Amino acid sequence: MQVDWTIYLTFLGAGVVLLLPRDSKTLIRWVALATGVGALLVALKNYFDYNAWVNAEVSAHGALRDGFQQIVNVAWIPALGVHYHLAVDGINFPLVVLNGFVCVTGILFSWNIENRVKEFFAFFLTLIAGVYGVFLAMDLFLLFVFYELAIIPKYFIIAIWGSTRKEYGAMKLVIYSFVGSALVFIGILAMFFSAGGQTFDILELVKHPLARDVQIWVFPLIFVGFAVLAGMWPFHTWAPTGHVAAPTAASMLLAGVVMKLGAYGCLRGAMMLFPQGLEYWRWWIAWIAVIGIVYGAAVALVQKDFKFIIGYSSVSHMGFVLLGLATLNLIGMSGAILQMFSHGIVASLLFAVVGRMVYDRTHTRQLDELGGLAKVIPFACVTFVIGGAASMGMPGFSGFIAEIQVLIGAFSMSPWLTVGAGVGILLTVAYILNAIHKVFFAEEEHVGGKATSSHGHGHEGEGDSRWNLPPISVPEIVGALILMALLVIVGLYPSIMLNMIKANVEIFLRGAP
Amino acid sequence: MTPVSYFEVFKALSAEAVLAVTALAVLTLDLAWLRRADLPIRRRKVGMAAIVGLLISIIPLWQQFDHPRTVLMGGTLAVDDLILLFKFVILVLALLTVLISMDYDLGRHVGEYFAVLLFGAIGMMLLISAEELLTIFVALELTSISLYILTAFHKGELRSQEAAVKYFMFGAMSSAFLLFGLSYIYGVTGTTSLLGIREAVRTSAGMAMSPLLATGLLFAIIGFGFKVAVVPFHLWAPDAYEGAPTPVTAYIATGSKVASFFILLKVLFVGFAGMEGSAFWGRFASGWVMLLAITGALSMVLGNCAAIVQHNVKRMLAYSSIAHAGYIFIGFVAASRMGATGVLFYLIVYALTNLGAFGVVAALSSRAGGDEMQNFNGMAKRAPFLSLLMLIFVLSLAGIPPLGGFFGKFYLFASAVQRDAQHFGLLWLVILGIVTSAVSLYYYLILLKHIYVTDALDQGRIITPTYLNVTLGLVALAVIALGVYPKPILELLNGLIAAL
Repeated sequence: MQVDWTIYLTFLGAGVVLLLPRDSKTLIRWVALATGVGALLVALKNYFDYNAWVNAEVSAHGALRDGFQQIVNVAWIPALGVHYHLAVDGINFPLVVLNGFVCVTGILFSWNIENRVKEFFAFFLTLIAGVYGVFLAMDLFLLFVFYELAIIPKYFIIAIWGSTRKEYGAMKLVIYSFVGSALVFIGILAMFFSAGGQTFDILELVKHPLARDVQIWVFPLIFVGFAVLAGMWPFHTWAPTGHVAAPTAASMLLAGVVMKLGAYGCLRGAMMLFPQGLEYWRWWIAWIAVIGIVYGAAVALVQKDFKFIIGYSSVSHMGFVLLGLATLNLIGMSGAILQMFSHGIVASLLFAVVGRMVYDRTHTRQLDELGGLAKVIPFACVTFVIGGAASMGMPGFSGFIAEIQVLIGAFSMSPWLTVGAGVGILLTVAYILNAIHKVFFAEEEHVGGKATSSHGHGHEGEGDSRWNLPPISVPEIVGALILMALLVIVGLYPSIMLNMIKANVEIFLRGAP
Repeated sequence: MTPVSYFEVFKALSAEAVLAVTALAVLTLDLAWLRRADLPIRRRKVGMAAIVGLLISIIPLWQQFDHPRTVLMGGTLAVDDLILLFKFVILVLALLTVLISMDYDLGRHVGEYFAVLLFGAIGMMLLISAEELLTIFVALELTSISLYILTAFHKGELRSQEAAVKYFMFGAMSSAFLLFGLSYIYGVTGTTSLLGIREAVRTSAGMAMSPLLATGLLFAIIGFGFKVAVVPFHLWAPDAYEGAPTPVTAYIATGSKVASFFILLKVLFVGFAGMEGSAFWGRFASGWVMLLAITGALSMVLGNCAAIVQHNVKRMLAYSSIAHAGYIFIGFVAASRMGATGVLFYLIVYALTNLGAFGVVAALSSRAGGDEMQNFNGMAKRAPFLSLLMLIFVLSLAGIPPLGGFFGKFYLFASAVQRDAQHFGLLWLVILGIVTSAVSLYYYLILLKHIYVTDALDQGRIITPTYLNVTLGLVALAVIALGVYPKPILELLNGLIAAL
């Protein structure tokens, strides 16, 4: 099975879920999980094949000549030159695999959903299928179709199963995404007709770049349109509210994958097609990215809500992706792409801890009300510490490999960028440690009736802890272990991913100015 | 003047003839045999008779298809494949309206209802094949008068009466505008045939500049503007849509819109091909393109903004259809073959989607106690299947891929950008369209929020007849198919337009 089967399998799974009777909740969960695992296995099998191929090519010729492996390319709407064109290279493959992992673990962390299970998994799998489609599409029209297809399920997932101002958060997210895609839409139309109105195929369009003045005004439309979804400052405000309102699996998806859709769209839809536009705007992008890094981290530091901390940390980390992309050198861009993968896993892990392990048990996310959880649910504590360590870029985890490369890449652009981003990393260390301290330790601060545990199940002064929480369930442990294992594997053995990324970034840079 | 061969005319209009006979048969059937039957049974039986007639009338259309273009009665009526295709669309829309009506409480006058509905369909079909100003006017009146009567069919309900009176007043005024404009056009060009007008405009240099002709065109466009409900001639639409029985609303919003847009396209693209003017940014020149660009822009902005604050589903859909009329005008403004294809494709998608949406509203509102937004709370649990269909229709209206509405909109906007691709002269209109459709997502989502997110007070399941579920399901499938695989119908339309 080729990797396009990830899309079809997931859509099929959504269809099957829709047909199942609504009361057989366990069956629905297992069907969803089987779908997710099936798609992941398809993705992984092809991933390792492709990886082996890249390594063979590189060792034979010293570099890749053409990184793309075509999957399918048929005319879809000839009147507009639209093709159903799917292909993979070393840039989208890590993201496809990421989506597979987040899908499987997201389903595991949603095992406890009891309300409208059928609709939940139908929307969830539709969203996943749309995301696979965006990553695989090599036709701008097709990419846009999948991109918009992925927007709508998010609204329902958040508005129905979310918490904390869920309808507001859901609507804000969807309107932001839709306004972003409106910009992209305008940009795509302008580009299509300036290029002669023959094709939407990205790989064809790359061969015939547009006139410089057109590039300069179309590039920001498409770039900003996609970057809204990547959480680029100052268009990031949907991200924290959306993440907080969303149910756990949706926060994992939003921060883990959907924000990458935006960054990937920037790379594929804007940067690849408008080299001169990119050249013109890249300093703006780099500085805005640095502002995003520092701003996101600084705001995360002062949050009182556990989930908002992670929400703002996503904005900060996505800044690294944009900064890396703007560097336009091998090391910086490779770091950015690895950062997409790495942050996808880290954010999923952290949201899983916050949303599923902590909030679903304690029913509060206020830092002041939490505390001392390390004794009650030690597994959650360990998971969060590992995720947090990866998040602050501790060596040995994938986040380190990614961020250090971005920093080095940015240094050759301007040392000041690296300084700015470095400040962001320091702030990250601060807010992660602060969160670990207040949530999992810091029990003594609460003793004495300062925190009334009206929201929680616990009783103060009863036994050795005021919390009385159900233990961590098996699906949670499995999901968390998968994600932690990925962080460590990619951290210790980065070439499993970095080789193919580097080989393909090289090709991209050969075409760049 | 060649002698009129009535046999030829009858042959060309046999579909309309079948409908006329059906309408009379339906009346007789109801009067003679079903007077004492229960209302639901009467509706079913009379409706079935109407459906049989509609299905039969498809046969002559099918037989005429793929023949060379014929013109009848000295250029009054024409038959070609494009016209046949749209007559077919009208038949399908009428058929669906009948199916929806069979399940809807219409009062005692069942036979009259279905007969008038069929007369309306005849009017729309004649309108589509008309190529001459007076015939256009007569066909338009036949359509409109049928619709006025249908609007008033909720006899007990005040808002239905009010809607009908309002609709009638505005309609009569628009007819006056139209007729006044047509008289000027005839006065200047000396002909009422569209081809003749085109010749007159092309051959005499001064005519295109003639202020009288421009006035005539302006008034005619105002008249049509009322019929298709674009700003600032839209005021009747929200009230008429809200007050009319829901199946009738569906019929007004789809059948009459399709026919009116089709004829407006023909009048402007055929008759006044030489008087476009220009709506390119910074290079405006007076002509009908300018006029349509302005009314289209106003419709998109006002329709979408006003829809946001509505609490009644039908009223919201009314404003949304005003906005959609604005999108369709973008294709007119492109004034190109691609624009015409875009308009026609969008008309088909729009009509199917709206008919589906009103169909769901008709089926659910009569069982949920009203057509306010609150009545739809928690529908996803009470009627999961129809809610899923509503999701599809509403998202198609919002232009979400892979549904038909998305592709239709994309093609319309693409046609406008393509028109002056070097200087992006029409990009301003496209940007307005895209931005306002981003706004529109908000109110569509609000409706879906009521259906999917908000919990209902009454949790009882709503059971709808199977035939209705199947019919609406097929419409939803068509909406999906038009978005996922638009190629066949797009190529068909492209080919038919190129042949003209």
